[in-house]
Amino acid sequence: MKRLNAMSRTSRVNFLTYALVIAAFVVLQALSMGGGLSATLQGQLVPVCAYVVMALSLNLTVGVLGELSLGHAGFMSVGAFSGAVAASALQGVIPASGVRLALAMLIGAVFAGIVGTLISVPVLRLNGDYLAIVTLAFGQIIKSIIENLYVGVDGSGLHFSFLKPTVTLEQGGRMILNGPMGIPNIEKISTFLAGFLLILITLVIIFNLVNSRSGRAIMALRDNRIAAESVGINVTKYKMMAFVTSAALAGAAGALFSLGQNTIVAAKFDFNTSILILVYVVLGGQGNMWGSIVAASFLTILPESDAMRGLRDYRMLVYAIVLILVMLATNSPAIKGLFGQILDRTRSKKGGNTP
Amino acid sequence: MVTFLTNLINGISLGSVYAIIALGYTMVYGIAKMLNFAHGDVIMVGAYICFFAVSTYELPPLLGVILAMAVCTALGIVIERLAYKPLRQAPSLAVLITAIGVSYFLQNGAQLLWSSNNKMFPTFIKGDALVLFDGQLHVSRTTLVTVIVCVVIMLVLTWFTGQTKMGKAMRACSEDKGAAQLMGINVDTTISVTFAIGSALAAIAGVLYMSSYPILVPTTGSMPGIKAFTAAVFGGIGSIPGAFLGGLLLGIIEIFAGAYISTQLANAIVFAVLIVVLLVKPTGLLGKQIREKV
Amino acid sequence: MTAPKKNATKLVPVPTTNRIPERDVDKAPILECRHLGIDFGGLTAVNEFDMAIGRTEIAGLIGPNGAGKTTVFNLLTKVYQPTRGTILLDGKDTHGMNTVQVNRAGIARTFQNIRLFDNLSVEDNVKLGLHNHIGYGMFSGILRLPAYWKEERVAHERALELLSIFDMQDMANAKAGSLPYGAQRRLEIVRALGTNPSLLLLDEPAAGMNPSETAELMENIVKIRDTFQIAVLLIEHDMSLVMGICEGICVLNFGEIIAKGTPEDIQNNPEVIRAYLGTKNEEG
Repeated sequence: MKRLNAMSRTSRVNFLTYALVIAAFVVLQALSMGGGLSATLQGQLVPVCAYVVMALSLNLTVGVLGELSLGHAGFMSVGAFSGAVAASALQGVIPASGVRLALAMLIGAVFAGIVGTLISVPVLRLNGDYLAIVTLAFGQIIKSIIENLYVGVDGSGLHFSFLKPTVTLEQGGRMILNGPMGIPNIEKISTFLAGFLLILITLVIIFNLVNSRSGRAIMALRDNRIAAESVGINVTKYKMMAFVTSAALAGAAGALFSLGQNTIVAAKFDFNTSILILVYVVLGGQGNMWGSIVAASFLTILPESDAMRGLRDYRMLVYAIVLILVMLATNSPAIKGLFGQILDRTRSKKGGNTP
Repeated sequence: MVTFLTNLINGISLGSVYAIIALGYTMVYGIAKMLNFAHGDVIMVGAYICFFAVSTYELPPLLGVILAMAVCTALGIVIERLAYKPLRQAPSLAVLITAIGVSYFLQNGAQLLWSSNNKMFPTFIKGDALVLFDGQLHVSRTTLVTVIVCVVIMLVLTWFTGQTKMGKAMRACSEDKGAAQLMGINVDTTISVTFAIGSALAAIAGVLYMSSYPILVPTTGSMPGIKAFTAAVFGGIGSIPGAFLGGLLLGIIEIFAGAYISTQLANAIVFAVLIVVLLVKPTGLLGKQIREKV
Repeated sequence: MTAPKKNATKLVPVPTTNRIPERDVDKAPILECRHLGIDFGGLTAVNEFDMAIGRTEIAGLIGPNGAGKTTVFNLLTKVYQPTRGTILLDGKDTHGMNTVQVNRAGIARTFQNIRLFDNLSVEDNVKLGLHNHIGYGMFSGILRLPAYWKEERVAHERALELLSIFDMQDMANAKAGSLPYGAQRRLEIVRALGTNPSLLLLDEPAAGMNPSETAELMENIVKIRDTFQIAVLLIEHDMSLVMGICEGICVLNFGEIIAKGTPEDIQNNPEVIRAYLGTKNEEG
């Protein structure tokens, strides 16, 4: 405990975040093995991990870089489809499903990273509202492209066609991706353990990036772009670093997600999904990683739990209201003042106990 | 040639609707410097109000339109007062997230109130089509009405912002809110009026859009909303003739992309246009450059 | 007095009236502007701006509000690209460079309306000034390779050393945005020094300070010049500061230079007095 106090505030928060994730994993894994989890909850373990990684990666763009991305589901989609195609194509080559999953996530991350890089070249020349709307546009374009993509595999490798299902395959070949029908009959190789490891890796990447020279530069852009330029910080380079890292992590999450589903279609990763992830980030607090983890987990599990089923219809409405209220509470001077008073009062009460 | 003309006319018709919506975006952006993401959903609300007025309560169509405009105007003012006004000094990221929240609220509220089932919007712009070129080219009454309404709105708005006292107050606020306030202009009222006008226009746009694309669902407004924003940016955000021009061009591009390139990719092409415009000429066709003060 | 000898070939030589301090004579000036000007639309904001600053000179840029002083800073740091004219930094033309490149070439600045990284700590603000002198990349940072630990330790020590100029080491962990006004101004100077400039531009460093704080600031500016052996160009309205520490002064009015010289010259220049106080029926 002494050591914990000696650490700086940031490293203390980071340390507790790791502890939180590990503890949650141990408890859930124990419950899961002991049969203490309901079937629905059991089925939610992998998607929860995927959404946690999505929220963390979006928080890198929104909270750390300070730019709004409305196309984050697009990167998830790229990762989901490239990962699932890769896993399916490698079925015969690599029998070990764990290795295949790891490879699929890596491929998902690489593809999403490549798409993120391509997109970032035009996107990052813009700021604020325009940047947000262009990411939205790219999200829609990605969806349209995947919806019109056909991929098959046979002895000689992968075959593609665009717009029309004109893929011709040799004897014994099979279609993997069928345009708007998506990928059916996915072999579910994602595991909770893999999801947990992906969350840990994501946390290591984000925390270590933020607390380094590059991360400082990214946050400097958020706080004051003009001042950052005046001390010689290359705006495009660091914006791109944050944006592409965020995209690649979303790609890995997409692969994890898709390989835990029976079927995936491009329409699943639409604007609504992007907004849903944004809700997790805003609710957890911009730049606050443990907040993203908690918000993403609870908001994914709660609507699925039996107790909350009745409220399911109101779920999105409630999210919308929460989004507005959180923004008002954290940004409106009048409401902020009110909250500040309450906080000060509780803090001064606590102040007596801690030196 | 006739197919080309038919496509062009369809493009102008769709573009006129985009132009009306874009006018709302552009006015609000010009004054409040915010992207009112919920604008598209106000269109949807207007369409539902008109639908129920005409189909369920069998009111005359014109009354339905006026009712829709009244409801949307009130809605616009309420949204502005409750959600956006407290955030006037907040960073644009916060305002945009709030606007997305409002958009989501309207969509999901509509879904709970009116269910997500398709509703067929009644055709009430009746009358014979205009026939040209020995019956080869038909211009429907809906198209004619849409284009005329759009042109009238554009002209009235240009007159309003240029000549009336309120219009001048709006332009003053968009230049410098602080200075406008010192000159005795009530900034809050001016912003409210802007939202009111934009929302009333959204209601008209909703009815016209539904007359051409009659399937009404709670998410009806979001796509035309985003595209109209594209149109506003295309024409130069803050500029009324720009919104008109941008809307028309975007409508034509969308119809032509669908007809000559690929129907599945028509939306993607429209968004690609947005991206290209923002990169090549971020101020749009008729917009003016804003220099950041250091 | 010190018309450049080497680089003058392709440029029109301008006889400068600046008095470069004795110790800098025979050395090329660190900064030389020739015919510098910028138009915004049809409006000429700065015109025919000629100035030279010695390598270890403290120079002042003064003039009434709206004279174009900050615009000159923005031209020097390429926040705006000049419409006309040449800027030579250490004899090298900065034409075509952007803000980042100019900073790397040796110009650092502070801002009239303070621009700190408000949500970061004081130490991190200074480390951002040191950004281009910290030698490890993204992957060393993420993987926490030895380079990270070594370079971060050096940066930490260097940051504290720089903060000690203004006795601010104790505030290292405070949030920059939460500092009092005066400390924020000082932190901006420290951050700018971190970039290891050869020319430091200070935009109203004493704004909002009381006389005793201003006196302390004056000492510190001289100390900075002496320790780092750099040139300082400052915009300031506080005449006690300008007249007290500047070796050369340049007066700007309506975007044009109306006077140049030593503090004594400027104080007795009738044009300057007119620009500041105005003549009858003219607002000052």
